[in-house]
Parts: sequence; structure tokens; C-alpha cells
Amino acid sequence: MMKMLRTLAGAAMALSFAIGGAQAQQVLFWSTQARPVEETQKMRDEVLKGFDGAVDYQVAEDGPWLTRLQAELQAGTGTIGLLGGLHGDFSTVGANLVDLSAVDVGGVKVNEAYKKLGMLGTGEQKYMPWMQATYLMAANKQALQYLPQGVDLNTITYDQLIEWSKNIAEKTGSPKFGFPAGPKGLKHRFFEGFLYPSYTGSMVTKFRSPEAETAWNKFKELWQYTNPNSTNYAFMQEPLLSGEVWVAFDHVARLADAFNKKPDEFVAFPAPAGPAGRGFMPVVAGVAIPKTSPDMDKAKALVAYMLKPETQIATLKATNFFPVVDVKLPDGMPASVKAFGPAITTMTGAPDALPALLPMGLGDLGGKFNQVYTDSFERIVLGGEDVHGVLEEQAAALKALIEQAKAPCWAPDKPSTGACPVD
Amino acid sequence: MHGKALPYLLLMPATLFLCIFFLYPFVLVAFEAVTRDGAFTLDNFRTMAGSWKFPVTVRNTLLLAAIVVPIQLVMALLMASVVSRLETGRSAALYIFAIPLGISDLAAGLIWLAIFDQSGFLNTLLSHLGVVDRPIMFLGYQSKLTIFIAVALAEIWRATAIMMVILVAGMGLIPKEYYEAAEVFGAGPWKRFVRITLPLLRPSLQTAIILRVILAFEVFAVVAALGGTNLPVLMGETYNWQFTLQDSNVAAASALLILAISIGFTLFFLRVLRVPKEARI
Repeated sequence: MMKMLRTLAGAAMALSFAIGGAQAQQVLFWSTQARPVEETQKMRDEVLKGFDGAVDYQVAEDGPWLTRLQAELQAGTGTIGLLGGLHGDFSTVGANLVDLSAVDVGGVKVNEAYKKLGMLGTGEQKYMPWMQATYLMAANKQALQYLPQGVDLNTITYDQLIEWSKNIAEKTGSPKFGFPAGPKGLKHRFFEGFLYPSYTGSMVTKFRSPEAETAWNKFKELWQYTNPNSTNYAFMQEPLLSGEVWVAFDHVARLADAFNKKPDEFVAFPAPAGPAGRGFMPVVAGVAIPKTSPDMDKAKALVAYMLKPETQIATLKATNFFPVVDVKLPDGMPASVKAFGPAITTMTGAPDALPALLPMGLGDLGGKFNQVYTDSFERIVLGGEDVHGVLEEQAAALKALIEQAKAPCWAPDKPSTGACPVD
Repeated sequence: MHGKALPYLLLMPATLFLCIFFLYPFVLVAFEAVTRDGAFTLDNFRTMAGSWKFPVTVRNTLLLAAIVVPIQLVMALLMASVVSRLETGRSAALYIFAIPLGISDLAAGLIWLAIFDQSGFLNTLLSHLGVVDRPIMFLGYQSKLTIFIAVALAEIWRATAIMMVILVAGMGLIPKEYYEAAEVFGAGPWKRFVRITLPLLRPSLQTAIILRVILAFEVFAVVAALGGTNLPVLMGETYNWQFTLQDSNVAAASALLILAISIGFTLFFLRVLRVPKEARI
């Protein structure tokens, strides 16, 4: 009996060593990106397969992602080898990330602006840009016949968009502009990164300026020609495919399906411009190594691998996020990529381009920041309240939480010392 | 000694379970509601009440309860009377009435969403009948009244049975002799119902109403499915504070408010529908 027990215990120990050994060789890639199951699977099967060494790609929602990371940092040891996340995910844990400036990326040319963003305002490369996305406009080709005379989609303005939507609504009998204003829609990003910068040249400082009032009034005008079902939309690809909506704004990953399923029916084009410029919000994802990473060399090799042109193209196919390195896209890419590539280049390279970054330095107040814009929308546009009054009240809320976070301004607002002012 | 201790021993596991998984978290939540960064404050309640959505939220929740519960009460009384009087097929009827009880509230919301949706059953039916030529949007942000009606319908469909089950049990307890005596004195069915059933049903009515009212203040998933953010209710705002705005202190305050309203109404009904000890069956 004793002998049998001993054998069993020995076997169990051997087994645990074997598992432990296998784990030590793998790099755990802990990411908030590519969360839908198909994308996760593609990351494992197609993107990470070519790496010299095993990678365990695991995804989590932002909250659990941060909780596990913080737990490992507090414990002083960890199993996470590499982190993947958006710029905003890293901004709260910057002090615990390893400097990546010495990573040898070969001859690859990484986007300089994004590299600078990855330094998080320090002298170290806290994260390495990994992939990028943004928001675009998409239109059903049937809508093009109603485009007002002389309007070029590549240089479209908000006034022209309103006129176009009005035309469509009047000629077809129902409003066909679509906007992701549902509970899971990304409407707040439109107000923060597109409408506000385009009219005020600012996201925070000029929140209650007369220019901001103009912006909201213009949006109210557009809303008249917007499908009222918009308050239920989360991903605009669905109403675009069903034909409920002909012209729409959304994140590229939430438009891709429409282009891939019916490649000949849709066109993609840049976000409109306002008096202050063509405001748009680039979304940058990066990879970083926490100080507790068990195998630094392997993790750094994986960072370099993620930036190789082949990997970047595979990532694009898997996630619809675009490369951050100079790379020539091969033929045979999905229809959405072919449509979005030129539109993104046109928008980001436009002479009036005005990039607005995702909110920074707000920590866990990010949700409340978004709510300020969502509340303004619900009250002004849906509730029909007075623009001036609502902006006064919401500005107070905005000011309070920016001051609580002590967040300095980010683009397009001018850098500030101390909390970003709300005029 | 042993015999006296036994009931308490048997109650121990359940009591421990409640203490650990209900009482302890409740104390933590209550604590969280009145503190911020470790200091005592009522700011969380002020923040909650100061939100522009708060008055609408309270109004919607109270209105929903005020409309849904009385309708359910009448329907449940009706259904229970019918079921108790059935000679054959009594349990079959009971089971059929109780089917919605077996469905989660989110699923119930989704079933009604499938009916009222722009491409849902109701629109399909109407367009087949030629009543409308293009689908009507019943649940848009402009039609708050329709959303309200849809939510009320879904709630009535889903939760009337729980009141009925309690009332059927209560009716079974009323001795037959009262009815026989009443019949001898020539009381009609309506008079028997009002003078015998209702008064003797008080304890069950009390339980049914209290349970239903508390559930009405906790309404969440049905509203979320049918109205999204177009019809804010208290529970939805609590969820919002916790998960969208990530402020667990205000969320805790909001949860306590729901608890306070529930306790208030429970005490009210306990008082109004109380049965004196000597009058109990």
C-alpha cells in the first residue's frame, strides 16, 4: 500500500514538472486585442505560428487584463511574457514596463509618430507600436447618385454630408444616414475625436465654446436625416448589409464585414472636415514587456517578430488592424482592406488632417469621460434640450473629472502643465 | 436538550450561507455607499441624485411598478380562481400558466424583442395583412410610450404566474364550509369572492404583492433588452455606475436606494394587509 502511494506521488510530481517545463518554454502573450473568437484563433494559427518558440496567446477584457497584470506586478513575479493592448491600456502601468528602445527590429521602419506615443512621455520606449486602426465613413453605392453636385468624397465636409443625407432622405422617402448610437456603439469616439476637433480644433479645452455649440447644432441637423433606429446600432456593418442604412460612420473593424460580404456594393471614404480641420481619431495598439516577464530575451524576440512585415500583414488579415511599419500590401487581401487602405491614407495624409488621440491619463475615469459626451448627445440631440445650457452643465462635470485625474492635455489640445483646462 | 438544539443545528448551514454570501457583502456595499477614499461622506448619494438621469429613472421605475403590479394582481386573482375551481386538468392548467416562470428575464425580454423589433413578428404580421407598407419602428428613441408598453407587457407575461401560484396555494387553505354557508344564505359568486375569498386570502395576498413589488423595483434585463438606454430604470443606472462609469461607491449608493424603496413598500404592505392573530385560520 505504502509503495503504491509513493509511486503515485512520484508520478504526480513528474507530471507537474513536465507541465511546468512546458510552460517555461512558452511565452504568455496577454492581450486586450483580437478578442472575438475567430480573431483569437487566427492570431494563434496564422500570426504567431512563425515565431521561433511557442506562444500562448490569451485575451481578456480590459478590466481582468489589468487586474492580472497588477497582481503579478505586486507579487514581484509573474507568468505574463508579453502584453498587448491599446495606448490607453498602457498609460496607467507605464512605470512597470521594460524599455524596448534596444530591441533590434531589423531594417523595419516603424511609424515615428506612433513610436513617440509609445514613450508615454518618458525617455524610454515603454511600448512598441503593433498595429493601428481608425474610424471611417462607408457608403452604399446606391447613395452616390444623390451626392450633391461637385462634392468629392475624399474632401467631404460636414455641410456636404448633411446636404447629401438630406437629399437621400427626401428622394427615397426615409432617412438613411446611420450612426452607432446604441448602448454598445462607439458614438462617444465620434464626438471626442471627430465632431469636436473638426469644429473647435479641441477635444476638452473648448468643450463649451460657441464653436462647440455650432458643432452640436450641425449634428442635430444631420440627425434629422439619420435613421432613428441608430439608437440601437452597435456595429454599422449590419444595417449597411441589410440596406437600412446607406451612409455610415464607424470603426473599421465594425465596418469590415459589409465590405467583405458584398465587396462591390460599398465605398469607404475619409471622415468629413469642419471649419477647424478634418478631425479623426487614430487607434494605436502596442506590445510591451512587464518587469515581471519570466524570459526577457524571448519576449524581446517576440516584439521584433510582431513588427516583421510578414507578421504585420498576417495581423492585418487576422484582425483588420493595419500595419504600423512601412510595408507594401500584397494582392489578394480581403475586400475591406483594399477599400480601407486608400481611405485611411487619404484621411491621415489630408492637408487639413487633425489627429485627435484617445483620452490619456484618465485611468479609471475613462468611462466617465466618455459619459460626458454621451450625456451631451442624449440630452441635446435625443432629448432636445437647450445646447448652451447642457454644455454649461456637462462642462462642469468634465472639468471636475479632468482635475480629479490631473490629466494634462493631449492632442489636438495644446500641451498643458497640470490638468487640462476647460474654458 | 438534544431535541431542542436539533432545529437550530439544521438551520445552521443555511444561516451561515446567508451570512457569508448575503449579509457580509451587504455590509461591504453599505459601507462603500457612505465612504469615499476611506472617509465618511454622503457625496455618493448626492452624485447619484444630481445626475440628470436620476429623476427620469425614479419616475420610470415607480410608474412601471404602479402600472404592472395592479394589473398582475387582478389577473393573478382571476387565474387563481379559475384554476382552484377546476375539477379535472387542474395541474395541467397550473403548469401551462407557470411556463413563463421557467424563463430567465433576459430571455423573456428577447422574446418580446423578437415580436416588437423592426423586422420582428408584429411587423411581419402587419405587413402581410396589408396594414402597413413599411415596417414600423416600435422601439425607437422617439417612441418611449411604446417601449414602456412593451416592457409592461413583457413583465406582465413573465411574472404574473408567480403571484398566481401563491394565491392558488392560499385559496386551497380556505375551508369549504364558509362557501357552503354563504351559499345557504343566498350569496352569489361575486359576493362570495369579495366577502370570503379576498379577506381570507390576505396572508397570501400580502406575500404575493410584497414579492412582486420588490421584483418590480429590480426590473433590469427586460428593460435592457427592449429599451436599451431609452428607458432608464434604477437597476440599469446602478449597473451603469458600476460598469460603464466604474464608480462602485455611487453604484453602492444606488443599490441601497433600491433596497430602501423595497423595504419601505414591504413595511407598507405588511401594515395595510396585516391579519390580526385571532383572525388567522
